[in-house]
Amino acid sequence: MNLVMALEMAAECHPQRIAVSSDGLHLTYSDLLTAARAGAEVIRDANVKYVGVLDINSPAVPIALFAAAYAGIPYVPMNYRLTKVELEALLGRITPGLLITDAPVIAPLQVPAGIKVMMREEFQRLALSFTPEAMAAAGEPHDTAIQLFTSGTTGKPKAAVLRHQNLMSYILGTVEFASAAEEDAMLISVPPYHIAGISAVLSSTYAGRRMVQLPNFDAATWLQLCRDERITNAFLVPTMLSRIVDHLEQYGGGARAPALRAIAYGGGKMPLTVIEQAMKHLPGVDFTNAYGLTETSSTICLLGPDDHRSGFESQDPLVRRRLASVGKPVPTVEIQVRGDTGEVLGPGQAGEIFVRGEQVAGEYLEQGSLLDSEGWFPTRDRGSVDEFGYVYLEGRADDVIVRGGENISPGEIEDVLLAHPAVSDVAVVAVPDRDWGEAVGAVIVLKDNAEASEAELRDWVKARLRSSRVPTAIRYVDQLPYNEMGKVLRRVLKQQFAEMAS
Amino acid sequence: MKLLKAGTRAKCAVCDTEVMVVRASTTEVELTCGGVEMIGMTDAKAPGLHNAAAAGQNGLVGKRYVNAADAVELLCTKAGKGALAVNGEALSVKQTKALPSSD
Repeated sequence: MNLVMALEMAAECHPQRIAVSSDGLHLTYSDLLTAARAGAEVIRDANVKYVGVLDINSPAVPIALFAAAYAGIPYVPMNYRLTKVELEALLGRITPGLLITDAPVIAPLQVPAGIKVMMREEFQRLALSFTPEAMAAAGEPHDTAIQLFTSGTTGKPKAAVLRHQNLMSYILGTVEFASAAEEDAMLISVPPYHIAGISAVLSSTYAGRRMVQLPNFDAATWLQLCRDERITNAFLVPTMLSRIVDHLEQYGGGARAPALRAIAYGGGKMPLTVIEQAMKHLPGVDFTNAYGLTETSSTICLLGPDDHRSGFESQDPLVRRRLASVGKPVPTVEIQVRGDTGEVLGPGQAGEIFVRGEQVAGEYLEQGSLLDSEGWFPTRDRGSVDEFGYVYLEGRADDVIVRGGENISPGEIEDVLLAHPAVSDVAVVAVPDRDWGEAVGAVIVLKDNAEASEAELRDWVKARLRSSRVPTAIRYVDQLPYNEMGKVLRRVLKQQFAEMAS
Repeated sequence: MKLLKAGTRAKCAVCDTEVMVVRASTTEVELTCGGVEMIGMTDAKAPGLHNAAAAGQNGLVGKRYVNAADAVELLCTKAGKGALAVNGEALSVKQTKALPSSD
């Protein structure tokens, strides 16, 4: 069981179908297979233990991913938006390594000893320059296929380990082989270092779907590519969908992308207003919410198109609520919600989400496996499962506010504040409190020309939630700090509250 | 008879059929294609004929095959001309629920 099996099957089944389109270059599945094998020889010649990629999306990305798998060494895509100091530290953790990169990214860095730098064009040129003999992938199903550094929003980035058997189990469990039609095309706008960027390559390959790469996302270009390339499928993080909706609101005239059939989204909490507006602007599109983690080889829960439509149209609050759910577990994983002492909780009770299944890696290079003796992985996400099996997330367990012994999830307060007509964005974090240890702090972004006083917002929350949920501290800002994947940097907000208090 | 292991690949000694073991039983089994025992990926082919009496469906690429007890599951990675069987029991195509594309 090796990632290359997906590519070998695709190249065998439809060799002449286009696998990758990027900036005018088209590679068929047969080309991609040949390039991956040639790339594996380039990697072997470099005599290294890692293949790093520090670059935006390009055909070199899927080639390097499969080439590393053929060579039997870990593929490590890294976030090119990190600082010089952070990147140099990460590079020091993948020696001896071959680094595929681009001049503007690598030029400012002091490259550590043991890293061989190869420019993207050079790697791509070499991989496409010869046809090696057919080869079998090196190694065992248990070998590391991919190592991904976590975003490190709470400390030093950890190296999440994903083995061939984890990733292939995910693909075999969720994708039907060769299920894509000849004309299907997937627009990939998530960066290569995100788990969704990796699963997009693997899923598209196994489905036999053409991948169209958009290296730098902006809403106008995304929409234009949808039209020009007749895109049928896309994956977006919430920030991207939000920008597309804003663009459509601002310029009107509709999306004019008739081929577009399905959009999956994930990677962060989707504001209800954004998905509702997106469904309004893109009425013919099937929306799927995909909840997953790096450590679980991507998606573990899905809210499908039918639930989106019924949630959107229904007057029944129970059905409407589902639009805010991440759906049900995929057939190959199990979900459990556990309380503070590890007890398994029943329907509707909130606790920490645990997940089990072959795709669940749950492992870091530094700490080893975090799975318990029965194979369950603590996601550090808080949430609940309702009596119908729908999973609802409340936020990260680490973001829980502990007020006088009571656990408060920021998510429920954020949802209430977001529903206020004057509020455009909000984040709720713990603030230090002399009496309670921690209390609720809210950072508010108001809509243009809208007003809402602190007293008004407190009354708004008080009318809808228990009094312990009413924010003690409220701050108004022009915008919230987000990382490039659309995650609110709560750490920064907490720090600002703490500084104000001292 | 062989002890199958999840992730192991095998090929037919006669036709083009190739499979990967997705789920294996804990006991040794005889894995056949067209009635002829399947071999390791690096083993030499033994040109000849399938056993004409072997019944069942030919392996189709991308389809998964299970026995009645659902203890053994194979993924056909390359199509061929023989029917897959375990211990003489013909395998049938596993019906999977189609999921919406999630990435």
